[in-house]
Amino acid sequence: MIDGTQSFRFFNRGPSPAVRLVFFAVLSLLLMFIDARYRYLESARSAVSVLISPIQRMATIPGILWQQADDFFITQNAHQNLLAENAELRSQHQNDAAQLLQLQDLQSENQQFRKLDELPVRHEFSTQLAEIIYAERNVFKRKVLIDKGSQADVQLGQVVMDDAGIVGQITRVYPWLSEVTLITEKDHAVPVQVVRNGLRTILFGSGDTSQLSLRYMPVNADIQTDDVLVTSGIDGVYPPGIPVAKVTKIERDPVYPFARVSCLPVAGVDNHRQLLILSGMPKLPERPEESPASDAGKHARPRRSN
Amino acid sequence: MSYANTRSKPEIQRPISNIFILTSLLAALFMNWLPWEGIWLMLRPDFVAVVLLYWCMNKPWRVGIGISWVMGILADVSDASLFGQHALAYTLLAFGGLALHRRLQMFDLRQQTIQVLGIFVLTYAIYTLAQWQINGYVVWAYFLGSLTSTLLWAPLNLMLRAIQQRSAERESRS
Repeated sequence: MIDGTQSFRFFNRGPSPAVRLVFFAVLSLLLMFIDARYRYLESARSAVSVLISPIQRMATIPGILWQQADDFFITQNAHQNLLAENAELRSQHQNDAAQLLQLQDLQSENQQFRKLDELPVRHEFSTQLAEIIYAERNVFKRKVLIDKGSQADVQLGQVVMDDAGIVGQITRVYPWLSEVTLITEKDHAVPVQVVRNGLRTILFGSGDTSQLSLRYMPVNADIQTDDVLVTSGIDGVYPPGIPVAKVTKIERDPVYPFARVSCLPVAGVDNHRQLLILSGMPKLPERPEESPASDAGKHARPRRSN
Repeated sequence: MSYANTRSKPEIQRPISNIFILTSLLAALFMNWLPWEGIWLMLRPDFVAVVLLYWCMNKPWRVGIGISWVMGILADVSDASLFGQHALAYTLLAFGGLALHRRLQMFDLRQQTIQVLGIFVLTYAIYTLAQWQINGYVVWAYFLGSLTSTLLWAPLNLMLRAIQQRSAERESRS
């Protein structure tokens, strides 16, 4: 014990633990402040992410092996199930094909009408398939990392969806990875429209559950359970008309000024491994600056006023 | 006696290679980055914190606040949390380990576990506090991780000690 303390003092070991504690604590606090307020540290972050990505990749291997083993046993045991699923998929495919034919017809018709009406033609967006490498490992966040990054031309703010609807938005791009913030992240907003009557509103994530909610809906708003909400495309970030959520519960309490509307996402936000990244969103004209809110509302409206 | 238990074994006093320390830290990161989900994510012990605390207490002049801070930055990047959030928590963890390492070496594993719980809860509280400042809400279930980390303390301690001993034996034989 005694020679332990002596040797501790005897040699020069640099500053004492307390000094180091203060130094590193202040450094951490400073970094947190800078990171929260400004976006100066993104390049440092992507540099470090390249460093650690080998270990991260390695950590996904057990999961992939598990899944492969799972798949193997499914093919061994549930042959019957697979056959049934195959038949179901085939019938659905036929259905879809028929609808797709109609859609093509409608598309060309719509384009023609839009030309006649001199409305801007609706853009088609291209998609890129990406795979989730990790689900969120942080209890507080609803984010996933996918395996396409700036090397694959992924850009900040692109929309990510699965086959059913919107899943999230790209919020950070690394060279070989990018981070998707799910729509269920706390305070994540999506501008939506009710399919039934075209009511415009904004959908918010609630953070700790996989639910979504509509805030600021007047108590007498025309909204019902099972209403489907689709993106309205107003802000130019989300393409219009993609399903987002379904209303599950409405509480109209006259004591509060707003109704409480909770919804569930249509897309399997927490389910899938493969996601689609939408690219090629049309650029909207710049929003006029310093115009009153009512004016801005009028600017956005003509796109869909008929 | 507990004192004799931990202190009088000459193998433990032997120098251990930097490679072993580095490997154990990387392995801890690997464990943390396994695809934990849902309830398992809540129950996941913070392997990095446990291993860091082990080294801070057993080799305080090798692994200290600086290395803990670097590990914290790596954890921050992989978790997509704010830069410095894990780093701050691990810095305090390391300081706790350094400040208590003399006292904890006197105790046996069971007594150590109780002391260690305090350090882990503090570490988790720091992280949660930072999160609360940023997001404005707290997930209380997150603290379950500090309990499982504490439970992990004894087995991990024994394991690392056994590996050290074996490598020391191999050295003395050759």
